[in-house]
Amino acid sequence: MNLQSQTRTRSVEDSDGAAQAAPRGASRHSARWRSPQWAAWGFLTPIAIYLIAFYAYPLYRNLDLSMRDYTVRSFVRGDAAFIGVTNYQTVLADPTFAPALLHTVVFTVACLFFQFSIGLALAVFFNHSFRLSVTLRALFLVPWLLPLIVSASTWSWMLNSEAGVVNTALGFFGIGPVNWLTSPDWSLVSVIIANIWIGVPFNLVLLYSGLQGIPVQVHEAAALDGASSWQRFWRVTFPLLRPVSAITLLLGLVYTLKVFDIIWIMTRGGPVDSSTTFATWSYRLGFGSPLPRFGPGAAVGNLLIIMAIVFGFIYIRVQRRQQPA
Amino acid sequence: MTQRLAALAVLAVAASGLGACSSGGSGSTTGSSTVYTIWDPYPQFDPGSEWVKLLSRCGTDAGVTVTRTAFDTTDLTNKTLLAAQQDNAPDVLIVDNPVISTLAEAGVLATTEEVNVDTSGVEQNLLGAGQLNGKTYGMPIGANTLALYYNKAVLQLAGVDVSTVKDWPSLTSALAKVKAAGKKGITFSAIGTEEGSFQFLPWFWGAGATLTKLDSPEAVTALSLWADWLKQGFAPNSVINNTQTTSWAEFATGDYAFAENGTWQLANAKKTGFEYGIIAIPGSKGGTAPAPTGGEFVSIPVQKGTGRYVTSQKLVACLSSTDNSLTTTTTLSYIAPTKAVQAKQVAANAELKVWAEAVNAAKGRTGDNLGTKYPKISQPLWTALQAALSGSATPQAALTTAQTAAAAATN
Repeated sequence: MNLQSQTRTRSVEDSDGAAQAAPRGASRHSARWRSPQWAAWGFLTPIAIYLIAFYAYPLYRNLDLSMRDYTVRSFVRGDAAFIGVTNYQTVLADPTFAPALLHTVVFTVACLFFQFSIGLALAVFFNHSFRLSVTLRALFLVPWLLPLIVSASTWSWMLNSEAGVVNTALGFFGIGPVNWLTSPDWSLVSVIIANIWIGVPFNLVLLYSGLQGIPVQVHEAAALDGASSWQRFWRVTFPLLRPVSAITLLLGLVYTLKVFDIIWIMTRGGPVDSSTTFATWSYRLGFGSPLPRFGPGAAVGNLLIIMAIVFGFIYIRVQRRQQPA
Repeated sequence: MTQRLAALAVLAVAASGLGACSSGGSGSTTGSSTVYTIWDPYPQFDPGSEWVKLLSRCGTDAGVTVTRTAFDTTDLTNKTLLAAQQDNAPDVLIVDNPVISTLAEAGVLATTEEVNVDTSGVEQNLLGAGQLNGKTYGMPIGANTLALYYNKAVLQLAGVDVSTVKDWPSLTSALAKVKAAGKKGITFSAIGTEEGSFQFLPWFWGAGATLTKLDSPEAVTALSLWADWLKQGFAPNSVINNTQTTSWAEFATGDYAFAENGTWQLANAKKTGFEYGIIAIPGSKGGTAPAPTGGEFVSIPVQKGTGRYVTSQKLVACLSSTDNSLTTTTTLSYIAPTKAVQAKQVAANAELKVWAEAVNAAKGRTGDNLGTKYPKISQPLWTALQAALSGSATPQAALTTAQTAAAAATN
């Protein structure tokens, strides 16, 4: 949010400057209502309307929804009673809350860690140009390009306990069948693996472009000073990559927090709650049963938004500290 | 100057665009338009299909034009609620039967009394799903239910005579023989959605359990039956994640002796390439277990202009008339809701006899005046299935948790 408002104020200044430059030749015609301020606001209006209609209002509606006692009847009539934070209390007291929170944290941390480290390793690998490196890099993008329903269905087919190719492969090594999707011990692991696979290309692309931005001379200088390649990575590449890493991790975090499709298609958040995260729980409350519970569903959704915003603020703080300007 | 003009132009476009948006939505249901909207959950039928042709024919007979929109089943409930909220509900709605009580509770549907729809010929056990507090909110367009498909070759190989499968012990021993012969026993769907509850209910009811007491000893027997099948390898572990479609795909491999599935798979059964048969799901101590009724109701959502009901009623009557009902149910691979049409169906296709019997023994999920309480009971029930089958709780513990959750949700 804060990031957006920053760019917004900047764009006001920019358009201000542009508008000031324009009327210099036509200053005789300048009437009061045509002052540069007005032009600036004029330029701002479309984006403001867009932001209000597509961002602020839905957020407000979601907040409103989470504070009302919606039943199917009051939903249709639009006369749901305001009940304050009762929906949040319901959600907090729900036996699903603690596991869902834990799974959300484990899912996000595990996915981010592996996506980032695998993505970084691959980016460093592809940074050395070699034959076919472009082709291979393009191939690594495939998971990111596939529709989620396709990749998730394929994963759930591969991990099927009875006929899945993964269990067949494990069988060759004498490892007994694992109930990847149907055992409470493995379901979360399975969806994490699938999500890591999908997220690696995203990290790869961003980190690769970050690596391209590091001047070769720095590496050469470090090499001349006698730094080993391992030292050059940790002492030169990694610190210089920090701004790109930070934004990659933040985007990855926001994306991973709200992952829903993969989990829903692969396990429906089950068995029982063993792979339920806030995202799937919110959907299950709102749409997963013939009798929708919009209030608690919206409350869980808002908790998710708060989590994302908190990390957004942390990012901005870290960024400010890095660039004290 | 040009910049300012551009800004004004952008503003004007934005303003007119927004204006157009806000005025576009309304006006479709008001007035005495001769366009009648029908929503159904059959996206598999395209405009050239028998079903859509029947809809337009009914419209022509009633002197109006019918616009039909097909939705995904799960999507239809939400779309209808949203449309009703905006006074934009369709004139005729065809919707999955357990949803009727939810929509009725929301005040979205008109009673059959208000709109003069005649439901007298309909079997009571099918109509039950559409009733709430003594009022009826729709007319079943056709019914389906669950039974056991079996693979003749697999049973022969295992030396099982299907006529001896009469109750749970005989079914379990048949499964044991099948496993001993190197084949797979039975597949069903125990996924953590309404589909899982739907598949479990024949066993639940067949043991004598009731939905108002999920942790009764009878319920525990039913859940233990399934859990034991998994433990002994008579049923695959994948049932925990199986939808009815993926479960059918397992049966279609030809390795399984039995599959619990519905009428709608009949067309696919003919494509499997092996000989199959169908038996009713047995009760724990014999007899036919009551399976839950599936299938849709045709109902008339509440409209501001009540004058539209007259034509809507004609459309409903057309869809449920004896001749058309035969077309409809044949197209949808359903069993008709009236005895008269059922007899015609069985006469035309003897294979449907088992299904007609199963439908007559079936009962509605939202019946027994459970209405909107049913979804609140069904969710804990399917969670219990998942817990017991995945081994994270014993059947007894899983059902005790379910009963606590259901009791808290329905009070």
